[in-house]
Order: sequence, then structure tokens, then C-alpha cells
Amino acid sequence: MLYFVLRRIGVMVLTAIALTFIVFYMTNLPPNLEKLAKSEASVRMADDAVASWLENNGYGGPVLVRYGEWLGVMPGWTREGEDGTLRGRCIANGTDPATAPRFCGILQGNWGFSTVFKQPVTEVLARSLGATGWLMLWVMIVMVPSSLLLGVLSGMREGSRTDRVLSTFAITTTATPEYVSGVILIALLASATAGISPILAEAGWISGKTLFPGTATSAMDDITFWNFFLPVMTIALYGIGYIARMTRASMTEVMTQQYIRTARLKGVSFRQVVMKHALRNALIAPFTVIMLQFPWLLNGVVIVETLFNYKGFGWTLVQAAGNNDIDTLLACSVVAVFVVLVTQLISDIGYVFLNPRIRLA
Amino acid sequence: MSEPWDPSKPILEIENLSISFFTRLREIPAVMDFSCTVMAGEAMGLVGESGCGKSTVALAVMRDLGKNGRITGGSIRFKGRDLTLMSEEELRHIRGSEIAMIYQEPMASLNPAMKIGAQLAEVPMIHQGMSRDEAWKLARQIVADVRLPDPDRIVNAYPHQLSGGQQQRIVIAMALMSKPALLILDEPTTALDVTVEAGIVDLVKDLGEKYGTSMLFISHNLGLVLDVCDRLCVMYSGEAVETGNVEEVFDKMRHPYTQALFRSIPLPGADKNARPLVAIPGNFPLPHERPQGCNFGPRCSYFVEGRCNAQDIPMVAVPDGHRHETRCLRSTEIDWSTPPAAGKVTEKAEIGRVVLKLDDLKKYYSVGTSAFGGGMQKVVKANETLSFEAREGETLAIVGESGCGKSTFAKVLMGLETATSGQIMLFDENVQSTPIQMRGTDTISKLQMVFQNPFDTLNPSMTVGRQIIRALEIFDYGNSDAERHARMLELLDLVKLPRAFADRMPRQLSGGQKQRVGIARAFAGGAKVVVADEPVSALDVSVQAAVTDLLMDIQRKNKTTLLFISHDLSIVRYLSDRVMVMYLGHVVEMGTTDQVFAPPYHPYTEALLSAVPIADTRVQKSRIVLEGDIPSAVNPPPGCPFQTRCRWKAQVAGGLCEKEVPPVRMLEGGHQIKCHLPDAVLASMEPVIKIAAE
Amino acid sequence: MEDALSWGSILLRIAAQLLPVWVALIVTFALSMQFKRRLGLYGRIFDSPVGMTGFGLVMFWVFTALFADWIITHDPLAQLSGMKNIIPGSPLKDPAEGAYPWYLLGGDHLARDVFSRVVMGAREVLKIAPAATVVAFMVGITLGLPAGYLGGRLDTTISFLSNLVLAFPVILLFYLLVTPEIRVTGIPIALAAILFIFPVIFLTILFNSRFFTTPAKRNLYVGLTLLFGLWAYSGLAFNADPLGIWSMDPNMLNVFVSVVFVNSPGVFRIVRGMVMDIKTRDYVAAGQTRGEGPWYIMLWEILPNARGPLIVDFCLRIGYTTILLGTLGFFGLGVTPESPDWGSTINYGRRLLAIAPHPAVVPAIALMSLVLGLNLLADGLREESMKD
Repeated sequence: MLYFVLRRIGVMVLTAIALTFIVFYMTNLPPNLEKLAKSEASVRMADDAVASWLENNGYGGPVLVRYGEWLGVMPGWTREGEDGTLRGRCIANGTDPATAPRFCGILQGNWGFSTVFKQPVTEVLARSLGATGWLMLWVMIVMVPSSLLLGVLSGMREGSRTDRVLSTFAITTTATPEYVSGVILIALLASATAGISPILAEAGWISGKTLFPGTATSAMDDITFWNFFLPVMTIALYGIGYIARMTRASMTEVMTQQYIRTARLKGVSFRQVVMKHALRNALIAPFTVIMLQFPWLLNGVVIVETLFNYKGFGWTLVQAAGNNDIDTLLACSVVAVFVVLVTQLISDIGYVFLNPRIRLA
Repeated sequence: MSEPWDPSKPILEIENLSISFFTRLREIPAVMDFSCTVMAGEAMGLVGESGCGKSTVALAVMRDLGKNGRITGGSIRFKGRDLTLMSEEELRHIRGSEIAMIYQEPMASLNPAMKIGAQLAEVPMIHQGMSRDEAWKLARQIVADVRLPDPDRIVNAYPHQLSGGQQQRIVIAMALMSKPALLILDEPTTALDVTVEAGIVDLVKDLGEKYGTSMLFISHNLGLVLDVCDRLCVMYSGEAVETGNVEEVFDKMRHPYTQALFRSIPLPGADKNARPLVAIPGNFPLPHERPQGCNFGPRCSYFVEGRCNAQDIPMVAVPDGHRHETRCLRSTEIDWSTPPAAGKVTEKAEIGRVVLKLDDLKKYYSVGTSAFGGGMQKVVKANETLSFEAREGETLAIVGESGCGKSTFAKVLMGLETATSGQIMLFDENVQSTPIQMRGTDTISKLQMVFQNPFDTLNPSMTVGRQIIRALEIFDYGNSDAERHARMLELLDLVKLPRAFADRMPRQLSGGQKQRVGIARAFAGGAKVVVADEPVSALDVSVQAAVTDLLMDIQRKNKTTLLFISHDLSIVRYLSDRVMVMYLGHVVEMGTTDQVFAPPYHPYTEALLSAVPIADTRVQKSRIVLEGDIPSAVNPPPGCPFQTRCRWKAQVAGGLCEKEVPPVRMLEGGHQIKCHLPDAVLASMEPVIKIAAE
Repeated sequence: MEDALSWGSILLRIAAQLLPVWVALIVTFALSMQFKRRLGLYGRIFDSPVGMTGFGLVMFWVFTALFADWIITHDPLAQLSGMKNIIPGSPLKDPAEGAYPWYLLGGDHLARDVFSRVVMGAREVLKIAPAATVVAFMVGITLGLPAGYLGGRLDTTISFLSNLVLAFPVILLFYLLVTPEIRVTGIPIALAAILFIFPVIFLTILFNSRFFTTPAKRNLYVGLTLLFGLWAYSGLAFNADPLGIWSMDPNMLNVFVSVVFVNSPGVFRIVRGMVMDIKTRDYVAAGQTRGEGPWYIMLWEILPNARGPLIVDFCLRIGYTTILLGTLGFFGLGVTPESPDWGSTINYGRRLLAIAPHPAVVPAIALMSLVLGLNLLADGLREESMKD
């Protein structure tokens, strides 16, 4: 078991290094750097000016070396300016170069400085991850119980009317990506000209113009049902359908197993067959699915945060990517990769614990 | 349960039961007009080939036919109450408490995520409202009752931690938890090895007597039914065709199907040359293509046009019988004692030169022991010091149960794996370390294989003809597509399949027909040595005879050397010239068929012979039931591989069996035995099978 | 100037515009129902109401894309004055001679006809999604077969790479891969060069393994594959087709390659898993014991028997690709602003959702119905193929 976890962690680290290097390489491609230089210094820079700006700001040199600097396994760059002051990666503005450390990558806790937000990346990340954490928490609270319930209910009697109705619902929501369901939900519930809001407003049942606000910006400070319902539902809907379908498939398969027949022919009541015999076996597969769902939720988060203007992790990612904010983008990808790999690890370990066949083998 | 019930009345009475399955296209009748009675304490056998509806009857008694199945007529009375009229709730009280069922696949019928004890205790907790602690105590006691070692450990184990035999004992224990009045056993031992099967059969018989339970025992194996049952009912294509006491039906059968069935199974005394088996002609009718009148009519040698196919045939009582009935119009006209029309008697094929010679072959695997890859590497000794030779035209049987290494041996021989050490001489070529990619087309086409599972042996998405032609292409046969096509048709003729089958897809063929295609494909390149890995064990008995016959026929024609891998000693005795018995990778005994089937035996051979059920009332067997299960090949016992289960171990001085692997000993006539037993003990062995004088 | 239309007459007029689609649908269904017993798995779709609904929805959009030129009421790029964000059914302010007098589904933020844009958008989506899925399947199959069949180090390496791609958040990948700057570096072309060679390799091995016993036939099939394959390859990947028939807009190539890149590991995983299962069958062993090469066994013994689940996954994956394309459009990646594709239309429409929801809602519903159709079709196929 320990060996297994260590091996997995080894693979994880390798994956993380490979992925961050790819991101680093892609963001540091010459055209991207040129764009960065122009947006940072001056749009009308000539080519040689761009080159010298890049050289002066530590963007010169081989990619691998710079990746090492970023990671913190290579000493940070230093340049002597024309005025004789020493500037460098590890030398903060206005501090004495002599006291600066040699290494300052993410291993040393230095995540860099965001060019878009004009803030250290750690601060940007802390703020946005906090916001996204709340969003994810509520999505999970809504999504997991309802999708499991839906899946079990429709899977326990395959082909029944309940099954058909619930399956249709599930398949419809899986066919609706977040940017579609978000748009439809807003049009339906948060538009002054369409959906139900005008009707409600006319009847005087709501004080404002719309039932729900079309943005979730205010939820940054204070989460309420009204400002959080739409974004949470938009993300959860897609996941509900997907997990419910997985649960249903797993449940129907379990219900055809011989041991379910054994239980039934032992005289166990249908309720008990489902609760005691089927459920545990049926939930093994969805558990891994829920865990592996996280990377996809990340997608949903990006879309929904953009759509509802909620300044969380996804929104930050989009801003950073759109403006080639290298440090922020790298930090985002480290977080994303970390989330993906950790959930994979949890799903593997959890699978082993849920399934006695593997645990004790 | 509270109602008084007279124990002299039948416990189960099925009358004119009809069951159909409903698909989108049509209604498929699965069981028609089926009647039978089971008295208290009686064991009733239900025998028939696959698809005859025997399991459907069992499920109907449990009222568990699924969504599509429905009882369309008749009644099932259990202790006088009609089960077909009961509500779900009433049924629930009967299931598990008064009627219990045991299934074919023990692993599948236990919940993988629940402890054994919890699964057992559930039964009395539901039906008798027993407290949890009491129920667990009872569970522990019943586990001891089914002769499982260390019951305390077992009740706290999960199903996958037990072996197949132990799992089946647990399923039996579960069925016995509330002392049911009727026990239904649906092929309870089919998935198990023969020596393990013998233990289970013994257990079932003893428990039946101990608790006075009535049994409905479903099996395709006539020998097993003879062992276990008092009465039996033979089914064919959804109908009961003959029912009566076991001895009466076995010795004085009054239905042509029963007779044909007995003539197609290899009983002691049958011989491939002098007294060949008589296969039943034709095929089992599909449920929606049953003939008018007698279902067996088209395949029956006593068939009379205009009478047998005129109307439905009723069950009639056999004169002078004891509750003996048959569904045959001509049961009183036929002279049942006429011996079968002597089949074509053939000359014993001549045994030629040595074509295959193995010398000290070893195959070891290394496997990781933990489920997570990694950890300790262990060596599995799949084959140990295998030495033998096979001659042209000879049939060499390789006998053994699961894990004995016979499949590994086949793989090494075929070149799918290479040997760890030792030599394989095929004709004049050393092939032990030549993987199949490196072998020449000629070598490959001379050495071919027939596979076990007919449903797996053909590629489901390619026509039959195409698959044979592909083999011809690979073996460089012919110069044009037309030539190969012609040869393919000849091969179909060879295996006695209509030429029209060339364009069919495998799913349109029955199991036996698929197996024939598999044989045609193996012989496409004029194979000289054919490895047949259990080629008939997955087929129904009536088809087995025909396929075996075909193999023998082709063998005689082509002077093929046949390596016949099997666990079924009856068929091995019938067709092989020499026999090699394997256990956990070792050859424990080898000799001519007569030598192996007569004493002195290797203790394992002795137990194996005793364990094989024989469907002949004249045969008397000494009962030798082996303790426990076959050890895992990953973790074999020290010393002699068989010492953990050997009943003769005490006869060897100094605990030698536990220390040393016995040497190969040559007895007279080239008979080899790998055993420490002194000569005197070997000489004193009694024959296991005796045929009572007629 | 005409009056504004009511919702009833809007729907009627849309239905009338879609006339060629209805005719084609009726013909398809009538013919298929007639011969469904002879059409194999395709015919069996018509046994399942779910499958039939899905097939109907999919074919609706296929025919819409096909007949788009006849269906549209206005040029999807034309901006008519005074029609900005107007509600569905509004009449044109000053209609030109012979022009269709209404914007049936209203106008967008640039005063273009929403209805015509959605219809043309179907063409954009259906041009890329199925083709990208096909290429992704070729890549996934060509890599998944040997990984599953041969195992060992090859399997470990390819599996690691595919997990690498799968661990990437899709959107991050798109932001890195689909930008004008990336196009300058030539990375899309390099990727295309790698990915587009797979179909050629696949078909070549396919024919070679089957026909190597009869060299004449082999040379013919392999020759034709190489000729056409490499011709198309040179045009699509490098824009170097000497005849100029095969070519791909760099923008489109970028999007196409990224979508294939994201999809291939998924296919790889499925194929690998199925191969590991099927390779234990006896007919595979039979192939091995008669000395077949590994590629014949993979491509002709194993692959055809994995087709059921692969076809189902193919349908689902076209839907997924459609969603991905929409995502790209939604973030404004890789498409020109005028493009009528659904994703970018939603993107532009969403900013004005509070005032004028229709420019975003209409393509949203279109996209959803197409994906729903594909999912239902896959469900129907799955159900029917399991009934054997």
C-alpha cells in the first residue's frame, strides 16, 4: 500500500513537472514574449528594443534555464543596469542585492509577480482560490447527493417510468454545457425582457427588475442564495446529469448480478436488497467518477466565473491567459494540475478502500 | 407455515406448468406441460441439455423469472399451496426460509462487499426475527456443519478470500440457515474441479439426510444424478420426456431420447474402435422452431411419419413401473433391449514414428505478489520437468484439474511462450525457444490447436468461410483465391458441415458447429500434431460424441498426433492411447490408458478416478474424497505437490513427502509414477472402479 | 413595411423555410424504416424510440447544414440598419427589393439576422466536429491497439503521455494552443504533421496486414492509400498540395488540431481497455497459433469486435467535440469575429443577455439540441447493440 502511494506520488511529481514545463515553454514562446514586452513597455517598440527589454528583464537565455529559475533549482538571474545597480529575479525593488537569496523559485515560495493584477501572484491566487472554494463547496453540496439519488432511483428498476423520466433529465443536462445552461438560466430567470422576471415584476412579487441578478460579483463579499443560485446551478446541472448516468449504469449492472438474485431469493425485501446489498457495490464506480469530475468542474468554473463575472480562480486564469501574464498563468496551471492529480490519487485510494476485493488481495 | 401439512403428501407438486419468455418479436415458450412431484426427503434430479428449460423450472418454483418470463399455465404447489397465486409478500416469507436455492457460480452468488457472516446471519434475522448475535452464532455453527476449517475466521472473511470450493460450501450453508423444506440446486458443481466436486456432492447428500430436506437437483451430468438422486426427470426441448426412479430410468429407459443420451456418453467398456459412441443426429431445435408432435421426432431412430408428428404427445405411465412415465407413443412397441446398431467398427490406427519429444521441459513465470504491481517477485513453476514423446497417429491425453499447468504447456508447445529450460523436438527441429513469429510456415501449419470454448474460438465478426480461407492464406496454400475457396469447401465437407455455412456468421451456428469450424481451421494446413484443449467439455453430451468422433476420424485419415487435454476421465479413457496425469505442474503418472486406469495408481490418479461420476448403475466405486482444495500454483506446498491432500501419506516413513519431491519411478511396461510410496503399498492398491457382473 | 410577427407565425415561417429539411428527413426515415431489417446496427436504431429521436435530431441539423443556402433568409454577415438587437419577428426597416421582409429570430448586436446565422453556424460546427472526431479516433486507435495488445514499456510510455494531456484543464490548453501568437511559431503545423499522419499509417497497416499474402492486391490497396493519403496530408498539414485542392485555413487548422489533440487520449484509453479485454479470447489465440502478425490480430481480429462500444463512443465524442468547439468560440479563441459558429455567437450575445437574450439563447438551444441528439443516438445504439 505504502509502495503504491509512493509510486503514485512519484508519477504525480513527474506529471506536474512535465505539465508545468509545457506551460512554461508555451508561454515563453518568442511571439508571446514579444507581446508581453510590448504591453509592458511600449506598443511601438522596435524589434531590437524588444530583444533588449527581454534580455534586461530576465527573459533571455535558454528556456530550460529559465524554467529552472522559476522552479527554484537554478540561481535567479541578475543584471547590472546602466546606472550600475544590480537587478535580478531574486532582488526585490529597493532592497540590497547582497542580502537577496540566490534561489527564488516556487520551491522557495516565490510565485512571481502578476503583470495584469500588479500584485504578487500568491495574493492573487489566495483571493481567487478562496472565492472559487466557496463556489465549489456549494456545487458539491448540491451536485453529489442529488446526482447519486437520481442515479440510484433510476437504476434500481431499469426501464420503469421513474427510470425513463430521470434518465431523460440526466441525458438532457449532460448535453447542455455550462455556457448554454448559463445563458438559458439567465435568460429565463435574470433577464428584464424575457423569461419569468417581467411577469413577476409586473405582478409586483419582486421588488427589482429581475428575480435573480445576472452577475455574481456581489457574492465576492457576501454570498447569498440570490447571488449564488445561478452560478452554482449552472455548474451543478452538467455534473448532476453525468454522475447520475454513471450511477445509474453502475446500479443497473449491480442489480442484474447473481448475488442480488441470491439476496432476493433469501427473502430479503426489495428495499433491503437495494440498501444493504446493491448500494455499496453500486457506489464504487461513481465515487471514482465524482473524483475524476474535478478537472471537468474546473472547466465549468472557468466558464461560469467568466459568464457571471465572479472573480475567482477561473476568471483569473482567463485574465492571465488573455494577457500572457506568465507567472500567474504558471501558478494557475500548477494549481490546476495539482487538483487533477490529487483527485486522481484520492480516487484510486478510495476505490481500493471501497472495494474489499482489492483491499485485502 | 402455520397450516397443517401432511408429510406423506408431496412437498412440491408441479402440474402442467408452461412458461414463456416474451421478446419484442414473439413469445418463446420455454417450458411446456411440465409435471413432477417431489416427496418429503426425496431428491429429484432434473436432467437435460442446455436450453431444455430445466433452470427455468427451478426459477419458476422460486417465482423469479425476471421481467420477460411469465407462467402461462399450470400450477406449482408447495406444501399444498399454489405458488403461482401468491403475492410478492407471501413469496418473500417462503423464499430463503422454506425453499432455498444454490447456484452454479458460487463467486457470483455471494455479495463481494459483505462479510460471509453477515450474509449468512441475514437469513434467520429476516425469517425468524433472530437477534444479530444469535444469528452470527448460528452462522458460525452452520459453517462448521458444512465442514469448513476455522469457522471463526471464515465468518469474518469476504467472499474473494475463499477458494471456489469453499465459496460453494458457504452458498450451501446460506441455503441451510433456516432449515428449508426444499432445496433447489442448479448445477451446483459445474464450475468446480472434479475432486472438489466430489466433496460438495458428498456434503449435499449427507446434509440432505441429516436435515430431511427434499431436493430438486438440476444437472446435465447423468453420473452426478445417479450419485445424488432418488428420482429423476429427463427434459428435452422444454418438455419432460421421461420420469421415474433413478435405477429404473437408467436400466429400463422407455424414451428414445433417454436411450440415445446414454448411448452417446462414454461409459466404461466403450471403445473408440470396437464399440464407438453413437451420436444423436441433428441439432437441438430452437425454442421457436420446434417440430409438430414429438419434439425429439426429427432426431429419433424410431420415428414413424404420420404418427409421431401428428399431435401433441401426452405423458403415459410405463406398465410395471414405479411412478415411471414417458412421453413416447411407441414406448410399448419398441424392443428396448436391442443393442445399438453396431456402429462402424474401425481398425486401430497404426502408431508410427516419434514426432514430438519433450525432454525435461520447464516453464517458470515470475509474478508480482501485491495487487499494486511491485513488491516481492515470486516465481510460479507452471511446468516442472516435463518429459515425454508422442508418436504419429497416437492420442496422448493430458489430464489434470485447474492450475495443473496443462494450458501453460500448450502455450509453450505452440510457441506463444518460450520454455525456461529443457527441449522440445518437433519432427526434427528444436522449438523450445523459438517463439511463433520465428517459426517457419511449415512448422506452424503442422502444429495446430483446437480451443475449448466454442463461443470464443471463432471471430464473431468474420464469416466462417473467410476465417478458414485466412488460415489457408497464412499457410501458403494454393495459388489463387479460387483454389483456396475450393479447399475451404472441402474442409467444410471434412468436418461434415453443409457448404452453405461458408457465408454464415459464427453467431448463426450452434456450439457444436462452431467447434467443427475450429477443427476445420486447425486442419487447414494439414496439421500433423494437434493440441486439443478440452475441445468438447463446453458442449452438450449428445454433441460431444459427434465432435469426438469427427476428431478421431480425421486423425485416422491424416495420421495426426492428438494431444488431448481434458479433465474428464471418461472421455480420456474412451479415446486415448496413452495418458499423462498432471498436478501442480508435475507429471505425477504416465502410461498407457490401461496402466493408468488400473492399480497401482498414483494417489492423485486414484482420487481423480473415484471422483468422476459415472452414469452406470453397474459400476461400483470406492469413495475417496480429497480434503480441501487444490493449492495455488503461486504457493505450492513443499515436497510432493500432492502431499497436502494425500490419504496415503502416512505409509511413507520419515515424513519424506513433506521434504522431497518424489523421483519418477519406472514400473513395468513403461508406466511412470512420481511417488514415494513403497512398492508393496503400490501393489496392494485396489481398483477404484469395479463393474458388477451382469 | 410589414407588421411585426406573432410567435405563432414566426414558428410557421421558420418551419416553411426549413421545408427541404423536412422532406429529406421524411425520405430518410421512410426508407430506413422500410429496410431496417437489412441494415444491421443502423437499422436497429429504428427499433428504439430513444435512438430514433436522437437520430432525428442529428439528421435535422445535418440536413440544415446541407441545405443552409436555401434555408437562410438573409446573408449571415449583412448588417441592416436599424435592426440592432431587435426582437424576433421584427420587420425590416427599409427592405430592399426581393429581400425577406422579417428578421425571424431577431437581430444581433451588429444588426445581423440571428436565424440565418444559426443555420449557417450548423454548417461550421458539422464541418469540423465529425472530421476532428474521425482523426482523433484514428490516432487513438493506432496508439491504443499496440499499447493494449503488446503492453510493456510502450504501453507505459503512451499511457503516461495520454494521462498528461488528460490532466491538463482543457481551457488552459486552449488558451495556450489557440492564439494568433502560437500560429506564428508553427506549433499547430507541427502538431498537424504528427496527428494527420495517423490516418495514413492506420490505413496502410490495415491493408498491408490483411493482404500481404497476395502481394498484387496489397500493392494496389496500399499504393492507393499512400497516394491519396499523402496527397491530402501534404495539403492539409503543410498547405503544400501541388494541385491546390486540399488546404485548410490556418485559423481552422489551429482549432482543428487542438480539438483532435484534446480528444485523442480519451479514445486511446477506451481502445486500450477494450483490447486488453478482447485479447484474452480464443480466436485471438487461434490467430497467434497460426502465426499471424500482431498488426493483423489487432486490426482484423480485435478491432472489429470492439466496434460496438467504439461506435457509441464516436457519437458521444462528436457531441463532446461540438461542446469543445463552442467553448473555444465562447472564449473567442481561434475564430474570426464574423464567423457564425454557435460558440462565438453565444459569446457575443451573452453580454447583452439582460436586454436582448435571443441572440445568445437561439444558438444555445441549437447547440444543446444537436448534442442531445448525439447523446440520445449513442444511448439508443448502446441499448440495441447490447440486445444480442
